[in-house]
Amino acid sequence: MKTSLRATLKRGSMAGMATVGATALLLTACGAAPETGGSTEAATDYTGCIVSDSGGFDDQSFNQSSYEGLKKAEKDLGIKVNQVESKTNNDFEPNLRAMVTAGCDLTVTVGFLLGDATKTQAEANPDSHFAIVDFAYETPIENVKPIIYDTAQAAFMAGYLAAGTTKTGTVATFGGIKIPTVTIFMDGYADGVKYFNEQKGKDVKLLGWNKEAQDGSFTGDFEKQDVGKQLTQNFLDQGADIVMPVAGPVGKGAGAALTEAKAAGKDVKLIWVDSDGFLTAPEYKDIMLSSVMKKMGEAVEDVVKEDKDGNFNNDPYVGTLENDGVSLAPFHGFDAEVPAELKTELEQIKKDIIDGKLKVESAASPKA
Amino acid sequence: MPEKHKHVADKPDNAQNANAPAEETAAVVSVDTAGGAMEPSAVPATAQSGQLPGGPDTLMRKIFTGSGMVSVLAVLLALIIGGLLIASTDERVSTTAGYLFARPTDFLGAVWNAATRSYIALFQGSVFNPRGNGLALQFAPLMETLTIATPLITAGLGVALAFRAGLFNIGGQGQIIMAGIVAAWVGFALDLPVGLHLLLVLVAGIIGGAVWGGLVGLIKARTGAHEVILTIMFNYIALYFLRYLLNTPAFQRPGESNPISPILDPTAVYPQILGTQYRLHLGFVLAIAATVLVWWLLNRSTVGFEFRAVGANPKAAQTAGINVSRSTILVMALAGGLAGMAGVAQVAGTEKVLTDGVAATYGFDAITVALLGRSTPWGTFAAGLLFGAFRAGAVQMQIQTGTPIDIVLVVQSLIVLFIAAPPLVRAVFGLNPRKKKSTPKKGSKTGSRETAQAAAGGAA
Repeated sequence: MKTSLRATLKRGSMAGMATVGATALLLTACGAAPETGGSTEAATDYTGCIVSDSGGFDDQSFNQSSYEGLKKAEKDLGIKVNQVESKTNNDFEPNLRAMVTAGCDLTVTVGFLLGDATKTQAEANPDSHFAIVDFAYETPIENVKPIIYDTAQAAFMAGYLAAGTTKTGTVATFGGIKIPTVTIFMDGYADGVKYFNEQKGKDVKLLGWNKEAQDGSFTGDFEKQDVGKQLTQNFLDQGADIVMPVAGPVGKGAGAALTEAKAAGKDVKLIWVDSDGFLTAPEYKDIMLSSVMKKMGEAVEDVVKEDKDGNFNNDPYVGTLENDGVSLAPFHGFDAEVPAELKTELEQIKKDIIDGKLKVESAASPKA
Repeated sequence: MPEKHKHVADKPDNAQNANAPAEETAAVVSVDTAGGAMEPSAVPATAQSGQLPGGPDTLMRKIFTGSGMVSVLAVLLALIIGGLLIASTDERVSTTAGYLFARPTDFLGAVWNAATRSYIALFQGSVFNPRGNGLALQFAPLMETLTIATPLITAGLGVALAFRAGLFNIGGQGQIIMAGIVAAWVGFALDLPVGLHLLLVLVAGIIGGAVWGGLVGLIKARTGAHEVILTIMFNYIALYFLRYLLNTPAFQRPGESNPISPILDPTAVYPQILGTQYRLHLGFVLAIAATVLVWWLLNRSTVGFEFRAVGANPKAAQTAGINVSRSTILVMALAGGLAGMAGVAQVAGTEKVLTDGVAATYGFDAITVALLGRSTPWGTFAAGLLFGAFRAGAVQMQIQTGTPIDIVLVVQSLIVLFIAAPPLVRAVFGLNPRKKKSTPKKGSKTGSRETAQAAAGGAA
């Protein structure tokens, strides 16, 4: 009895699935067959390749930006692109090796974790070119171009902006993992707040980072958005009204907490990092004060172009305010709320940093 | 020990004391979990009954009645579904699906093409690449497979050993991490002569893993806490401990503050056994040795017999005078030590540094490997090789055909799913034993054997 019932059920569900499948086919499968024809060839033989770290190309952070840069080069320069994602640290070396074997002219690797593997492959294949994002070697390697950023410069402006905009006199930041590419944002941010206090004789407090002690709040990874939300909630409870999360996708946790606070009637704002959050995280548009941008896509495209034109060199590309490698994003929706005076001051700060009148220093800054 | 081992106590497939006719029923029933009639055990039946009861019977009989067939069929089924998934994401397939009725051959051809192209790339990336320059390069993928399989095999043996003693060891990840920490530290911080240094790295790693695993055994034996919960928590403790250490200067490179350790001294790393063009290192030989050791331990030693007895029925084992607490602690320590070898293979074999990704996903993959290998030492060895091949081939598959690496993870997960549900696999291949129960036992056995053979033939 039991068996037959089960059989009936099974048959029933199979029939159901078949119906659904057939319907789907009927809906989509009635087109006309195209003429058989030839395929298009790529415009050039140049191949640009990219190996991600374990974050993958959809990490909403440096893997994604670098990948998009290479994809843009594919479109603009007509090169061939080969990409391979690493799932774990174990994949780095095989992936890189496979890329070299596949005949890549330039291989972009992303992140300090790939530093050793890139070095090994670069030394074993002196004729291939490499570029590594967010990492520089103590002693430069002939065929590896580091792409690094003095993010503290733009973060300084963000800190000044936050201090100048806060209503509660308290601003906050937190990081994903305590690594130099994260803490450099927090250092700059802290210095910006401090500079504002010195200039204006105010006492805006910063939560989440102590530059002297090089210690502060971290979520522990770049994945758990709920931890980011919790941290942000804590900051709000302590009176902060502007938060800058430096944690890739975990920033969305901060966004969620701030959106809730805004719905509850609080005047809160978010500062995004890496890309212009107004465009890349549009769900938080109405709390997005500004973003600290790190333009990795452009840099990758530039390096590919240089190499394609035969102008490869191993001098580090350092993104600064001066070359627009890092910058403060437009205020978009908050443009009217930022006082004109503050805007002029930010312009002045940018100019002073570029001229060297104002020094922004971080333990994590690229060594010139 | 009255209640502590209740969860594994009701398992019916006690291989040791069954006699011939009763034993066949037991085998079938245990593998099937009897359609829910039996109380489910913590460890899947297929994993516990490493060796199906059957004594001196033929290998053929074992293969076709046992869960070995289920393992093979599970892999096959997972590959077929994986192939369909690959096809479904293929551009050409979706274009041709648009005019399926106008020219169906295009569609079917595209499906076939997408799947086979990917699997050929997988094969070329894991076994033999005919486009390589010379024999050495043509077989480079195979060497890569063996390299990746090394930690999978040893960690898998750790899980398998614990399975046989009725313990579900999910702690491979933590044990690998602790071993990695200790081994790496010995490797980069100490300055010792050639030979001694590597030996110390190996011993330190094994001890590190053994202590971490043994602690779980100790807490379980003393307090009755469940090993699944313990091992999961121990994984977290190990991971966060590692992250903490990597933020201290002692574990960082001088002058840098990235969470990555210095490179291990050349004296502390495994030599590459087949020359520098391959990554294959001494760890693979040690993995073979570990497999032999575990086989000997389980099948030829008193301790191993005690493990299996405890795994089969702890209460009976207790009554028979076996010290269950001692066995629990010992088996977990040994499992940890084996996982520790995987940790050493990582830091001294392939990575040569310590990062927070040192264990990759080996601790969890090891569970799949042990399940697929039916918890037998050589089964685990073979399953480790298979998974190593998947991993090695995935790189080539991604590059040659643009198939996302996630497909390989999906195939791996499907394998677990099918192994956990033997009746499903049997039903798909038309050899469900439930049908046999109505007919005389002996006849139906041969019948099912023929079906199985037919299915296997069709598959090949």
